[in-house]
Amino acid sequence: MGSHSTVHYNLDEKYDFTPEAKKRVLMWLFIGLAMFGVGLAMLIMGGGDHGHEVAHGATAGHGGAHAPTWTARLYAVLWHNALFFTGISLIGVFFVSIQYVAWAGWSVTIKRIPEAFGAFLPFSFVAMLVIFLLGGHDIFHWTHADAVAHDEVLQGKSAFLNTPFFLVRMVLFFGLWYFIWRIIRGYSAKEDLEGGLTYYNKTITVSAVFLIIFGVSTSMVAWDWTMSINPHWYSTLFGWYHFASWWVSGIATIVLTVLLLKEKGLLSFVNQNHLHDLGKFMFAFSVFWTYLWVSQFLLIYYANIPEEIIYFKERMHLYDGHYRGLFFFNIIINFLFPFLFLMTRDAKRQTILLKIAAIAIIIGHWLDFYLMIMPGVTKGTSGFGFLEFGTVTVFASAFIYVISTQISKLGLLAKNHPMLQESLHHDI
Amino acid sequence: MNVTSSVREPLVTGGKTWADITNDICRQVEGKPSKSWIIAFTFSVLLLGVGVFCVMYTWFVGIGVWGLNKTVGWAWDITNFVWWVGIGHAGTLISAILLLFRQKWRTSINRAAEAMTIFAVLCAASFILLHMGRPWLAHWALPLGNTYGSLWVNFNSPLVWDVFAISTYLTVSVVFWYIGLIPDLATIRDRATNKISRLIYGTMAFGWNGSAKDWSRFEAVSLVLAGLSTPLVLSVHTIVSMDFATSLVPGWHTTIFPPYFVAGAIFSGFAMVLTLMLITRKVFHLEDYITLAHVESMNKVITLTGSIVGVAYITEFFIAWYSGVEYESYAFINRATGPYWWSYLAMMTCNVFSPQLFWFRSVRRSILATFVISIVVNIGMWFERFVIIVTSLHRDYLPSSWAYFTPTWFDIGDYANSFGLFFTLFLLFSKFLPVINMAEVKAILKSAGDVQTGQATGNAKVKSNETVSHN
Repeated sequence: MGSHSTVHYNLDEKYDFTPEAKKRVLMWLFIGLAMFGVGLAMLIMGGGDHGHEVAHGATAGHGGAHAPTWTARLYAVLWHNALFFTGISLIGVFFVSIQYVAWAGWSVTIKRIPEAFGAFLPFSFVAMLVIFLLGGHDIFHWTHADAVAHDEVLQGKSAFLNTPFFLVRMVLFFGLWYFIWRIIRGYSAKEDLEGGLTYYNKTITVSAVFLIIFGVSTSMVAWDWTMSINPHWYSTLFGWYHFASWWVSGIATIVLTVLLLKEKGLLSFVNQNHLHDLGKFMFAFSVFWTYLWVSQFLLIYYANIPEEIIYFKERMHLYDGHYRGLFFFNIIINFLFPFLFLMTRDAKRQTILLKIAAIAIIIGHWLDFYLMIMPGVTKGTSGFGFLEFGTVTVFASAFIYVISTQISKLGLLAKNHPMLQESLHHDI
Repeated sequence: MNVTSSVREPLVTGGKTWADITNDICRQVEGKPSKSWIIAFTFSVLLLGVGVFCVMYTWFVGIGVWGLNKTVGWAWDITNFVWWVGIGHAGTLISAILLLFRQKWRTSINRAAEAMTIFAVLCAASFILLHMGRPWLAHWALPLGNTYGSLWVNFNSPLVWDVFAISTYLTVSVVFWYIGLIPDLATIRDRATNKISRLIYGTMAFGWNGSAKDWSRFEAVSLVLAGLSTPLVLSVHTIVSMDFATSLVPGWHTTIFPPYFVAGAIFSGFAMVLTLMLITRKVFHLEDYITLAHVESMNKVITLTGSIVGVAYITEFFIAWYSGVEYESYAFINRATGPYWWSYLAMMTCNVFSPQLFWFRSVRRSILATFVISIVVNIGMWFERFVIIVTSLHRDYLPSSWAYFTPTWFDIGDYANSFGLFFTLFLLFSKFLPVINMAEVKAILKSAGDVQTGQATGNAKVKSNETVSHN
């Protein structure tokens, strides 16, 4: 419907990551580093007391072996952010692959945004590797040979949970993800220059391969990087729950990036209908995340098996209810808020409302990962201070810097994509 | 203005016009039943007759006629129930979720898939009545409370949630399916040449006159029903999975069950839609409406959901080992290597390996291969439920009570009853109602018909790279 007049878009539109913009992002990076430094200094000076306080509370599968020190909080915070931003970068590649495999037409005009996200993978890989090598003992109880020696359950898992195999998996998965992202991105660039259907068809094949690898690896990294923090605890759903949280955060980040570029007067070919579809994705997958949250919680709550219920006990009751508020806030911000806020059609079509929802969802799922990681590593000694806000500022600035650079490398529109006209005329 | 990219395959072939659609699809409703239909219908009714005898005998004598024993108290009854409910997911998925994803190919298959859904849910419900043993007390499953005594149903039990979920799902599915039928029923009414058909189809069409007001209300209702159906369809198999997963039985208590059951349900539902539609397409000559593009898309959904199920199997197996819980590990090792190893093998081969063949385009687009695999998948999905239910039960905590389940003729006969019911209903539907949604196929013709988009091979010429249709 609507008018028959043809709007002429600039098919070669590019984003220019200007020196001033770079400076601004780097300034935030340094502010983040400064906050991190202050936070760390405060933590070291005040760290001793906390450790003792919580020593008796540390029952979560560690048998109160040793209380967390200040380094536990430090590495947990770093790990939390590295993991969160790894997820967002990976979801960018996943989003693009799905669009190809599903023959989606509507998303061509926004495709270049998630497509750029994969560029952060090498950085988050280095971050995760370094954090693991430095702080692995603080984060992962199973890395202590002496603890494993006195623990039959951990001995049983040692064929899987051992440092060399853990590192092999980490390198392998990051390697595969990045390698495939490079291929997809390369084809996308060549399609701009040469046109034709060759690269489109090739990308479909590569995307299908990526989806297979992604399907297996996201569950495995969830076991490795998050579930094994509580090495005695297990839940078959955890891999998919972890993925769902990444997936919603990734979609919200795509939405936010699109909106910020539109605010700069770019992406004029992204119309309200594209935003509406992106809003539907945020809405639907927030509900999907909730579905998995309920499934996991309800079944563990019902069965009430000590080995399993401890996970929720830690988050609801233990450590003097340290995580209780956050536990309930998690459901409010990640389910109730997007569910009610994005329910109407208008909410999904108006820039400002969509922006609020995207920011809330990103914060909400950042907190969801916080809640997955902190209790197992820091017991009741976690908090929100300069350290946490500094670290997330550093990671977010680095992410923005890398992604902005990557976005500026190619045109904002995949101008030779065979579905381009469908997307330019997208109207729902 | 809508644009359809030239890389998309047409969804209606043979240069059909709007009038052709009406004629092609009304033909079998208006004509005399074909010979093949009469043969198939006779066979189904006979099967139903045998089945009804078995069911009556089961109810008369009691469920002791089944092969159940003290250890295995649930076997084919609940296996069949879950299997049929799973199959009953495809219709609503196609109508509601594929609608949300704007998949135009759903229009040729949604009508039959929804009908099949309703019949499958009825078959599933029959096993709930059957396994009660005393069906005259079936109303005790409803929360009637003090009217019948001082006891309420146990609201903590997922079996009660099942009663709510499935009855709501059945109701909404029937309403959704019927509302969708109204414009097509009106078409048949308008074309009717004798008084009786005009009266029957006219009554069923609720006075539809095709005005803008009618269409506006119709679309509003359809959207509301689609919105309701989406969470409903997911809730049904989620709750069915909780029949098992809220327990403490190793092999049953596992958190991945809800989404994994839903994926499995879509998997088997799509397979059943394919089995039925490939036959319907051939017998009713609907090759131009259910094209290879449709078959290929459905096969992709089967590959996706089959792979999700595969990942879930592997996850369960891995976590059973990883958990370090002796009973969990044993439950899974026993599945694969115990006395029921053959059912585990059938499940793995049919569900995990067979759909992987669809990675090859030639297999995805082969009618014969698709037909065979669609049946294989449903055999596999039956075995999946059998494996979950029977192998988890037959060796419980006390080795002295370990047992083996062997079906009797009445297990088989009661299962046959559901097939008799299913095929009888489906054949009646396919004869007396339009198997393809005419109104919806007409709606996509402009953007997905081969001539209309200039993609016809033969006389029609491809005009440009992109086809623009103004609507």
